[in-house]
Amino acid sequence: MELKDIINPNNLVYEKPKLLTENTMHYCPGCSHGVVHKLLAEVIEDLGIQDKTIGVSPVGCAVFAYNYIEIDWQEAAHGRAPAVATGIARTNPDKVVFTYQGDGDLASIGAAEILHACNRGENMVVIFVNNGIYGMTGGQMAPTTLIGQVTATTPNGRDVGRNGYPLKITELIAQLPGTSYVTRQSVHTPATIRKCKKAIAKAFQAALDKKGTSFVEVVSTCNMNWKMTPVKANEWMVDNMFPFYVPGDLKDSSKTDPASYTALKN
Amino acid sequence: MGELRLMKGNEVVAEAAIRCGCDAYFGYPITPQSEVMETLMDREPWNETGMVVLQAESEIASIHMIYGAAASGKKVITSSSSPGISLMAEGISYIAGAELPCVIVNVQRGGPGLGTIQPSQADYFQSTKGGGHGDYRLIVLAPSSVQETNDFVELGFKLAFKYRNPAMILTDGVIGQMMEKVVLADYIPRLSDEEINEKYGSWATNGRKANRQRNIITSLEMDSVKMENNNIRFQEKFAQMEEEDVLFEEIQCEDADYVLVAFGSSSRICQKAVDLAREKGIKVGLLRPITLFPFPKKPIAALAKQVKGMLVVEMNAGQMIEDVQLAAGCAIPVKHFGRMGGVIPSPGEVVAALEQKLIGG
Repeated sequence: MELKDIINPNNLVYEKPKLLTENTMHYCPGCSHGVVHKLLAEVIEDLGIQDKTIGVSPVGCAVFAYNYIEIDWQEAAHGRAPAVATGIARTNPDKVVFTYQGDGDLASIGAAEILHACNRGENMVVIFVNNGIYGMTGGQMAPTTLIGQVTATTPNGRDVGRNGYPLKITELIAQLPGTSYVTRQSVHTPATIRKCKKAIAKAFQAALDKKGTSFVEVVSTCNMNWKMTPVKANEWMVDNMFPFYVPGDLKDSSKTDPASYTALKN
Repeated sequence: MGELRLMKGNEVVAEAAIRCGCDAYFGYPITPQSEVMETLMDREPWNETGMVVLQAESEIASIHMIYGAAASGKKVITSSSSPGISLMAEGISYIAGAELPCVIVNVQRGGPGLGTIQPSQADYFQSTKGGGHGDYRLIVLAPSSVQETNDFVELGFKLAFKYRNPAMILTDGVIGQMMEKVVLADYIPRLSDEEINEKYGSWATNGRKANRQRNIITSLEMDSVKMENNNIRFQEKFAQMEEEDVLFEEIQCEDADYVLVAFGSSSRICQKAVDLAREKGIKVGLLRPITLFPFPKKPIAALAKQVKGMLVVEMNAGQMIEDVQLAAGCAIPVKHFGRMGGVIPSPGEVVAALEQKLIGG
């Protein structure tokens, strides 16, 4: 058997998602963003909603997300993506809107915007990529940086006395009645990638079904700023991030009852 | 046509927004403009025209909601007062940088800081020189009555869409809170999605259709040559505004020896001051800039050749005077009279300042 017999259209079992553009990604080798982008492109394609999906990209490494998926995009100011998405979703109720945000963007500067958008139950999907560090600006401490974790602004490790505690914002968001589906995933193995895709698909389906806010955290690596090889970064994530940011569903609307909130009688 | 009503300036912003086919209002309560959102919530336009009204968690969120909705080709408006506008500065810069239309109403109060809830015109610099970061300008309309507040909502949208640039209605606690008779506009229907696609399909991010490229709304451009070209395009728009869309009013300037220059509520006070001065035999006129940007440089330059001096009357420490001085040149004295911190000058004070600073001096 020769190579041309193997590399043959009849033997194809996988191809690049049609909605991923030809643009070369600017992400570092080993970064999780590319995988998450691919899953988003696949889900939007699978659901056939390219013509009604609007993405909101953040400030941070994913600021250029709009270069990579063939849909309409709007680039938000740092942390404000949930407010931008609110404006789009409220005035375009027949569209599917998602934000794509990192941990500095979502959990630090944009904490107010994400909490209130989720609390209002804005009909949108939030993709929250949490790698515990500021990537774009060069590896500074994020709100999700672990205690003791070395970053450019915590050179001796995050100190609780000086820096406070890592913020489990996804747990906070799961408490809000406006959210219908809140889950924590990862993309470091083929099995977790498949699982994450299912979670993203479920979140987009919830938006199509007008179920309020769906929130998918993807615990991720930043091997460049963690100063590790991609393989070592994956191991470090499993050993250190997963015990604190435990993967799995935090909330599924089919299992919870938000009816404990009752209105005053006027 | 022409329903006549007695309304507050703030209330008429809400009424005009509904009637002009606005798609959404996003805002946050702050004195002295909270009646805008209160009126909207009471009117429930979502039942009437489909207009969205949402109380945001902050001014920051409300301006970014505006940014999101404006990007999809919608006609959107927000309102606030001075400290809230400072919070919106980030979003306004993004909207200008991304070249989107919207209308922002600033019902000014005294500053700096938390300042006072009383009227002021101390946001002239902030409104006309940018306010946020980067080289941008707002189209700034300064109404001097409830009627003009009403009229400038639709005018603001017209200019904002003409230039794809945010427009500001710069009013203050006097005009926002006072009641006057106003002739309301007839209803204009909101645009349908098809009409938005037809008019703004080349840029609006409302879902990529099969017949067009994907649209991207961003103010980001990492290539500095391209970013400079973006800035050149912005500057060309601002120059075009100065050519085509300057608005001003001249009152009794034909025979004037002295001219008062004032905008908004100060100009109303100055109208009375003109009468008082003329009763004393002083030939005084009033030039009222209606667009603060683009600024009426040419009529001021023309008047500077005719009169002996100009008194710029503002409820601030002297802000518009800089633009008047630039337009007037050095041939005549240009002086300032202002009250600050929420104090409203009286017509008598204006005449006294005119006599003291220009005639007697």
